[in-house]
Amino acid sequence: MATESLGFIFLNALLINNFVLAMFLGICPFLGVSAKKDTALNMGLATTFVMFVSSMCAYALNWALVSLGIEFLRLISYIVVIASAVQLVEMIIKKYSPALFRALGIYLPLITTNCAVLGIAVFQTAKSYDLAQSAVYSIGAGAGFTLALMLMAGLREKLALADVPSVARGAGMTLMLAGLLSLAFMGFAGLGGGGD
Amino acid sequence: MGLVNKEEPLTLDTFVRGIWRENPVFVTLLGMCPTLAVTNSAINAISMGLATVFVLLCSNVLVSMLRKAIPKQVRIAAYIVVIASFVTVVDYAIQAISLEVYEALGAFIQLIVVNCIILGRAEAYASRQTVLNTAVNSVGTGIGFTLALLCLGVVREVLGAGTLFGMRILPEQFQPWVLMLLPAGGFFVLAGWLLLIDWMNIRRERRALERQGATVHGH
Amino acid sequence: MSAELPVQAPAQAVPFLPMIRTLGLVSLISGFAVTLAYQWTKPYVDENQRVTTERAVRAVLPTATVQKAFVLRDDGVAPATADSPAEDVVYVGFDAAGRIVGIAARGAARGYADLVHVMFSYDPACECINALKVTKMNETPGLGDAVLKDPDFKRNFDALDARVSTDGTALANRIVTVKHGTKREAWQIDAISGSTVTSKAIGRGLNQSAQRLVPRIRRHLAALESAGR
Repeated sequence: MATESLGFIFLNALLINNFVLAMFLGICPFLGVSAKKDTALNMGLATTFVMFVSSMCAYALNWALVSLGIEFLRLISYIVVIASAVQLVEMIIKKYSPALFRALGIYLPLITTNCAVLGIAVFQTAKSYDLAQSAVYSIGAGAGFTLALMLMAGLREKLALADVPSVARGAGMTLMLAGLLSLAFMGFAGLGGGGD
Repeated sequence: MGLVNKEEPLTLDTFVRGIWRENPVFVTLLGMCPTLAVTNSAINAISMGLATVFVLLCSNVLVSMLRKAIPKQVRIAAYIVVIASFVTVVDYAIQAISLEVYEALGAFIQLIVVNCIILGRAEAYASRQTVLNTAVNSVGTGIGFTLALLCLGVVREVLGAGTLFGMRILPEQFQPWVLMLLPAGGFFVLAGWLLLIDWMNIRRERRALERQGATVHGH
Repeated sequence: MSAELPVQAPAQAVPFLPMIRTLGLVSLISGFAVTLAYQWTKPYVDENQRVTTERAVRAVLPTATVQKAFVLRDDGVAPATADSPAEDVVYVGFDAAGRIVGIAARGAARGYADLVHVMFSYDPACECINALKVTKMNETPGLGDAVLKDPDFKRNFDALDARVSTDGTALANRIVTVKHGTKREAWQIDAISGSTVTSKAIGRGLNQSAQRLVPRIRRHLAALESAGR
């Protein structure tokens, strides 16, 4: 049922069914990298790029696998493609911006295990999106991920200076903030008219 | 998770540490995505937990068996391929066993492959320890993960729907807290458990300090 | 996350052959395991699908003793096979005497979270849709899932008008979901206030399916009736 408009797909991935706050994908980096706005933005952009590349490769791969009738190798081939895409992005960043490479540190190779990246590939296949829809979907999801990360980073930077009971500092507080953000994002339900 | 370089003996601790001291969700904060996503009912929580235990056990045992033969440079790629194959196997198995559970868990079955717990265990433990140790540790970690999922699943289902494993346990008059079944509820319940555990840890440390202080100052 | 990956040291010579050999071995084992699992579970998966479909059809055609699946093409009907396009398949329910009691079909449209799937039954005698069951949905618990329980909403589908237009190519009136309390015509669905998005999804799914299938059902009704004897 891939009859949705490109604009709706983008809005959906960005706000209505935000990948982090509504679909629980990409939580690990969301908790780990969202302490400062700069790191969050860079991580978000790197992830968006990987999502886009993986989405395109996954589309091509799926077409090849279906033609050959070996769909059961889908998962393995998707994850190998993602691992390679991350390797590629790592090399590019290291070459063109060593400072960024150092800033992201361990989190760059960990984009491979970011459920959001594999999630894109899996969902676009399940929804039978065509090439244009997949591209918009992956960019929208990446933008949504970056948005969630930036919002959380902004909140955490403010709260680092606030008087929070020591027991709540750390992951507990981040998760409560995430819950509140998730509730807020539910307000976007019905945006775009439900795809009419 | 400490990087163990020499092979350690098999003890009860190898099994238990994955459940309590190094619980993957509550202590090392790994595997958050499925913990939040599929815990809106206890049945889903257990199904995901068991599926993950299966993948953890099989893939880590295979990695341990091949640990001397996998060159360092390609080890992550090799681990990933192994994990992905077992996840595919589990995907088909669940489809064959129960279509309802399969549709309830949805895409998160395939997302087991990027569950940081499995890759983390493979890298930190399976690639250095014997097959038997690995098997025991994997089962322990998997059970720890399943218990964490259950902690969330039970709370969310009881408060959010008034049922447990599909059976009504709270009276009809109880107005369910639908929030618990929504994504926000998942965040709040997990935050609640983490706060509880942190609080217990802080209290234990404070008591230990007090006891030390009492010994030093006499009475 | 504690999985530590090394920074590649380019000066180190990488042993090529063992690397290829290991990766090859790993791929072989993986491929074998996956293929085995796929082949072994396929019959069970297909059986599960069949049972689920049968249960859904029985829910909307409770008086049928026999169900037969047909694929509706523009030129005629044929028994449905595994390769038939899913959106053209209908499930005809026959009673013990071989008469048609109803024709069930699927519909789906996007709700709030994802697609809402329904199975509905069309009664050729009254030219209306007389039963509906939601087979799969992922809507907001407590809000969207009211469509499953609300008795007023269910009453919408007791005799939903699905007459075909005079030229026989489409429905005479588009099935549409209207705001709660504003239902005037037999082909409208009264939405549940608070679950508008999900109610609209059901309306759209029904309309898309019915527009496509009901005219063909009417055109080939004789062929379907004779299939029961």
